[in-house]
Order: sequence, then C-alpha cells, then structure tokens
Amino acid sequence: MSELFGNEAWWVIILKALLVFVVLVVFTLFNIWFERRVVARMQHRVGPNVWGPFGLLQSLADGVKLALKEEIFPKHAHKVVYFIAPVIATIPAFLAWAVIPFGPEVTIPFTDTVTPLQLTDMPVAVLYILAVTSIGVYGIVLGGWASGSTYSLLGGVRSSAQMISYEVAMGLSLVAVFIYAGSMSTSEIVAAQAEDTWFALPLLPSFIIYMIAMVGETNRAPFDLPEAEGELVGGFHTEYSSLKFALFFLAEYINMVTVSALATTMFLGGWRAPWGISQIDGANEGYWPVLWFLGKTLLFVFLFIWLRGSLPRLRYDQFMKFGWKVLIPASLAWIVVVCVMRRLIIDDDLDPTKILVVAGVLVVALLVVQFIPERRTPAVEAPEPDAFAGGFPVPPMPGKQPVAPSGAPVAPSGEKEA
Amino acid sequence: MTAVTVVFAAMGLVALVSAFLVVTSDQIIHAALWLVVTLGAVAGLYVLLAAELVAWVQVLIYMGSVVVLLLFALMLTRTPTGPGSATVTRNQPLATVVAGATTVALGAVMWAGFGGEVIDEDEVRVGTAARLGDAIFRTWVLPFEVLSVVLLAALVGAIVLTRRGER
Repeated sequence: MSELFGNEAWWVIILKALLVFVVLVVFTLFNIWFERRVVARMQHRVGPNVWGPFGLLQSLADGVKLALKEEIFPKHAHKVVYFIAPVIATIPAFLAWAVIPFGPEVTIPFTDTVTPLQLTDMPVAVLYILAVTSIGVYGIVLGGWASGSTYSLLGGVRSSAQMISYEVAMGLSLVAVFIYAGSMSTSEIVAAQAEDTWFALPLLPSFIIYMIAMVGETNRAPFDLPEAEGELVGGFHTEYSSLKFALFFLAEYINMVTVSALATTMFLGGWRAPWGISQIDGANEGYWPVLWFLGKTLLFVFLFIWLRGSLPRLRYDQFMKFGWKVLIPASLAWIVVVCVMRRLIIDDDLDPTKILVVAGVLVVALLVVQFIPERRTPAVEAPEPDAFAGGFPVPPMPGKQPVAPSGAPVAPSGEKEA
Repeated sequence: MTAVTVVFAAMGLVALVSAFLVVTSDQIIHAALWLVVTLGAVAGLYVLLAAELVAWVQVLIYMGSVVVLLLFALMLTRTPTGPGSATVTRNQPLATVVAGATTVALGAVMWAGFGGEVIDEDEVRVGTAARLGDAIFRTWVLPFEVLSVVLLAALVGAIVLTRRGER
C-alpha cells in the first residue's frame, strides 16, 4: 500500500473525488446507451441512433426528459422515508468507488505532484466495499415500504432478500482471493496479481461463483425477479417518478459497474495490462492502465448485457435454492481446499505435478459419480388424464398425451350434460 | 482535548440519544430505524479507536443484514406498524430490569478488567485482520467457541419454533 494514501494535499483529494464522480455518471450514461445498442443488435433491431454520433446522446436526452416529469407523492406514502430512500440507495453506490484502483502512481499534468490513481486505500478496503453496498439495501427496503403499495413492498422485500443472500456467496468467493493475496487492500491485491498470475486462473471456482453472485447482487437478468413485470409491475420503484426514479436507476447502473470493477480488481489483474501488452515497456505506467482497467470493466458490463439478451428469468424459489444450497456450500468447500493448498505451497510440500494428479483424480471421480445410476423410485402409474374433468374441456398436463385426438368427448355426452 | 476526543464524544452522544429513541419511540419501524443510527454511531466509535476491521464488519453484519431482516419481519407479518405499535407489550418494566442488570454487570466487568488502564494515544495499534485473528483464535479461543455454540443453539431453536405447527 502506497505511503501517499491519507497524506495527500486537500486539492488532490477533492480533484480525485470529483473525477470518480464524473467517471461514474458518464459511465452510467454510456452503459445505458451501450446496453440498448447491444441488446438491439442481439434482437435484430437498430437501437437508439439519432441523437449524437451513433445515438450516444440518447441517454442524456432521456435523463433530461426524466427530470422534467411530474414528481408524485402517493397518498399512502410515508413522506420522509419515501423521499430519503432514493438518496440512501445512491450515495453508497458512489462511496464504494473510493477504494477502486484505476492505475498506478502518476504525476498530475502541469504539476509535480505524484498521486496514485485511487481515491484512498485501507487495509480492509474490500470489506469496506461490501459494507457500503450492503447499506444500499436500505434504500430499496425503505423505498418499497414507504411507497404504501403492495407491489412496491413485495418488490422491495424480494430485492433485498436477494441482495442479502447473494452477498453471502459473493463475500465467500472473495475470501479465497484474500487468502491468496494475503491482504484485503485493493491496491495490494493488484500488486499480488502482478507477482503471481491473474487470480481468475488459480481461483477459477471462486471467479465463477463471484460472477454468478454479482449478477444476483445487482438484480440483473436472469436474476431480475424484483422487477418481474408480469408479477410485480415495476418492483420497489413502481410508485417512483421523475428524479427520484432516476436516482434509483443511477444506483442500479453504478452498482453494476462497481461489481464489474471489483471483479476486474480481484480476479483480472486490476489496472495491469493483459498478457502480451504487458511485455511492452511502459504499458503499466502513466495513464495507460486506466485504459486497460476500463476495458476489462466494460468486458464485464458486456457480459451483463449478453446475459440479459439471452437468458429467461428464473423462478424465485429456484433462484433462492440455487444461492443457498449450491453457491454457498460450494464456496465454503472451495475455501477449505484453497486454505490447504496455500499452506502446502507456502511450506513447499507440494509440487505442481502432484496438484495436477490430485485434480485429475478428483475430476475423474466426479465424472464416475455422474454415471452411477440413481436408484429410482418406481414410477407411479399416472391416471389417464380426463379431458373433461369437472365437465369442462381441460388441456393435458405437461408430458401427458391428449386424449381422444378425434375431438370427440370420451365420456358419453348424456352422462356429462344430463 | 484533541479533535479525536471531540468526535468520539459526539459519536457517543449520537449513539446514546438514538438508543434512547429506540426504546421510547412510538412506532416500531421508527424504533428499528433509530437502531440503525445507533449501530452506525458505534461503528464510527470503532473507526476512531483504530479498529477498522471490527467497524466495517459491524456495518456489514449489523446494519446491512440484521436490521434489514428485522425490518422484513415487521413488514411481512401482520404486526401493527402504526402509532402506538411499539408499546403494545406489557413487558416494559421487565425489560428495564433486565437491561439495567446487564448494564451493571457489563460495566462491572469492564471496570474490573480495564479500570485505570491508560491508552497511549501516540502509539496507535491498528486493529487489522491479522491482529484480530490472533486475539480470537489464540488468546480468546474458548469464549469464542462457547459463543458459537450459543449461536448454534439459537439457530436450532429458531428452526424448532418455526416447524412446531407441522406435528
């Protein structure tokens, strides 16, 4: 961790805070446009292409339009809480970026001041990110409750239950990174990946679990149950309009970028150039790393959009079952494996061939387990579906053959009609 | 008196006042929200005491999960949440007695353990993860394990309570 953190001039801190804010807002505007264009391309449409080059200014126009809409306070809303909730949702989203490293130490143009491209850092930086994002849940719970509408309340409860559940899996998947890097500070984790390799490779299971958890955490498709239109209208922000709605929207998009940036920092080497470019002199110095960082982050954003464009929404109980019964036990087991491996590697009791052999045996064992036939309970013979149960024509249940394809009722009509 | 002392006193005051509002507030949701303020102020105290890890864990677990679950329970059940909802139980005198006894006991323990201890402000020892891990899993491992058994018992108890209707 650089000595400069916490000992910088006040104007440097203000400048960096302002830059982080501007970057996030612009990134949000860009992402809305990016998502619309990419999804449009995936659906053989054109997408917004009128305002500005390639339609880039579309989100700006939409933002202005949103700001000019009428502010509505529902009759049954709890006024104070209703007003504060979007603010509570948005502020933590910005706060999380205080410890995200954009690049190495650089000189500020036109001055001699050297500063790291990161607002600040602390020994428990990643824990800090998890903590402030968990504060954002309050915005959603309170917004849903204070609206005084059933749809909002149910959406808020769903959304926060989902965020709390997937936060556990997310935190657990990051534990392996802490063990590997020996630190919770973001800049030190990036430095550890420079010495070692990108943690996505040795910690592949953690990386996969993190990627699933981050989609669940941000309430994005295919895990966007909180705003399942068919069931809940719009979720917790059903009753919100104008700028208050815009704040919720902003928070959601910033959270998406936050988890992407965290994934980049934790697993993909942070601001360090990818292999190949990294060998070029000066690729990891000066302002170039910002480019690599934003590129990798954008890769994750694209992943989000790709998922949204291709996967249908999960059912709520399946989703919760997946989080609690698959992701969390899997990450716990993986943490134990990582602890043992790490200890053995540090003590030099382990050579890579042994790891490969053990891994190979495990994979083969897993495959064999897949092929052991399960003992099936004898299938109960399903009763013949009655196409006229209760006197009305009913379609057959899934997997059943429709009766009497000729269209004639099976039962004599006299018995049915009487 | 340094700036740290002033901020520490202010945080302590916020924690005390909001804790008082938790127990006196008329609506149960307001009580829960004041509890958030109390826990946040306590997290601030931890930061001032250079216990970074404990502070953020406090925010993550207590503010981010425990109170949110509490709010869930209030919103999803048919608990009355209007005015007067926080004072419907008649257990207030009993609660006062229990809280008073706990305060006296905890205070006595603190006094007996750390009474007269002077903390040198110049020699700040930051409460990092390594230091905390050392303290919990080396020095205080027995109390830690006993506590985890208590938590396990609470967990089992909750499951038993929720499944009671099925038999």
